[in-house]
Amino acid sequence: MSTLTIDKAAPTRKVKYGSMSRDRAWALKWSYFFLTLFAIFSLVPPLYMMITSLKTSAEISAATNPWWVFHPTLSNYVELLTSNQFLTFFRNSALVSIFVVTITMLISVPAAFALARMRFWGSATLATGVFLTYLIPETLLFLPLFKMFVVFSEFTGIQLINKWYVLLIVYPTLTVPFCTWIMIGYFASIPKELDEAAIIDGASWFQTLTRIFIPVAFPGIIAATIFAFTVSWAQFLYPLVFTTSIDQLVLPVGIITSLIKGDVFNWGQIMTGALLGAAPPLIIYAFLMDYYIAGLTAGATKG
Amino acid sequence: MVDVAIERNAAAPRTARKRASLRTALKRKSTAAFLMTLPLILLISLLVIYPAFYSLHLATLNKSMQRFVGLGNFQFLFKRETFWLVVEQSCIFAITAVIFKALIGFIVAHFVHNVPAKGQRKWRGMLLVPWVIPPAMSTLAWLWLFDPSYSAFNYLLAGFGVDRIPWTGEAGWARFSVILVNIWFGAPFFMIMYLAALKSVPEQLYEAAAIDGANWWQRIWYVTLPMMRNIIAITTLFSLIVTFANFDIVRILTAGGPLDHTHIFATWAFRIGIEGSDIPLGASVSLFMFPILAIAAIFILRDINKRGNEA
Repeated sequence: MSTLTIDKAAPTRKVKYGSMSRDRAWALKWSYFFLTLFAIFSLVPPLYMMITSLKTSAEISAATNPWWVFHPTLSNYVELLTSNQFLTFFRNSALVSIFVVTITMLISVPAAFALARMRFWGSATLATGVFLTYLIPETLLFLPLFKMFVVFSEFTGIQLINKWYVLLIVYPTLTVPFCTWIMIGYFASIPKELDEAAIIDGASWFQTLTRIFIPVAFPGIIAATIFAFTVSWAQFLYPLVFTTSIDQLVLPVGIITSLIKGDVFNWGQIMTGALLGAAPPLIIYAFLMDYYIAGLTAGATKG
Repeated sequence: MVDVAIERNAAAPRTARKRASLRTALKRKSTAAFLMTLPLILLISLLVIYPAFYSLHLATLNKSMQRFVGLGNFQFLFKRETFWLVVEQSCIFAITAVIFKALIGFIVAHFVHNVPAKGQRKWRGMLLVPWVIPPAMSTLAWLWLFDPSYSAFNYLLAGFGVDRIPWTGEAGWARFSVILVNIWFGAPFFMIMYLAALKSVPEQLYEAAAIDGANWWQRIWYVTLPMMRNIIAITTLFSLIVTFANFDIVRILTAGGPLDHTHIFATWAFRIGIEGSDIPLGASVSLFMFPILAIAAIFILRDINKRGNEA
């Protein structure tokens, strides 16, 4: 269609424009074709989760087409959502995530403010150090941390291993560095005149932070909150190492240890549990996609 | 420096009392800043830096952690065949996965960039889903797709007359499967990063290249890639670290099997340190992830310093 209009508008350079726009249309067709392929590749596992979650055990082990549900049923969902065990996992996960998000924001927002605005001795080094600690993977730290907690409870008598709240201590090491880093970026982009005006009007540093920086950098706060929530919801290694009793487990570990009994895999329930476990991050993503992506790209583009 | 000067100028015509309060505020600035960063400093030093050094210490102890054995743990590791298998697999896993993630991310970002702006949001939304689902949950779906007897992939392949594939049962295929799942999980991250970078390349550069008669390949090679150099470098570096230190996917999909052929440093350290309760040996294994971290840190520090000079 566009080819025709362009051809008529510029008859003198007909050939040139026509070929370019034909190229364009051709490229567009291929783009759609490959995007569809990649979208299928991306969405097959979650879709297959959903297909399986709607099946009965009998249908799963039958030799029918696994990609189609012949007798859809919600029995897996009903069973899981009424089982105390699963609800305990869900509650633990929710508690841990909410507390970790709160702790993370309480630590990283003031720190980012101080590092972005209040130049002090060593502030630049500290800012770089924060980014570098973000790169230290949890797989390097879980063994020394485990030993540290064991020694800690030997000395103080406070039991940390195998309690869900031990996760409140270790998760911030994953969330705080990155959240501080992206908040430094957001705070640094606020014009200096704004906080100078506030200081001249007699605002304290604390008031400058709460009355000016937090409201102005609110999109950044949302992005950091989403990041902290998804990280603490998805974390798998730390709960696997630090918690073992059924009533202390969070969702990812709970599904894997309790629904897989020996060699018996109840796939209908496992897929239902996995889908329910993936739901909170997916719902947040569906509603706050732009903030999610802003948080994702902020780390690298501002780094 | 600059802000102090401005504040003094602004405060000068005001009353003496105001000036005094400003001065006390400035005087307390460093104290306030210190208090604000204190929790962060404590967290990082107690729960990141201290354990990192503590694992160095742990690696020099014997299994019961009572006797100093020096480099004995490392000597023991070097003599074990499994260790060299883990080194090999960690390198294959990380390098192959990162290359394919970067390539697929680059290609898909171009396709998304190609379609009209109205539809981009929709495509981006769908293509980022693998990154949003917790990897432990999505790997379960892959485990089920790869199931030895009910594999849905094998059902499809049987339609084309292809034999049953032992996705997680045979060493070569198991290695392929863990890499495939890692690519599936990580490629969207690259895609979103490259898409952001593509959008920041000025359109005029492409116009100038087109006037000079550059074909699409020359446009990518001489315009797009140089403009995206920084973001490609930092994304690849970041992904290399994360992939090298991966745990969830390998642990759930194969748990290191068959015959330790898919173990990488993190999963093997877990197997030895937690399941085998030999914490010092496990710590020694996980310390092998350190060199790659050090290299990454050097590159990033250099990059930050360079930018500091430019600014």
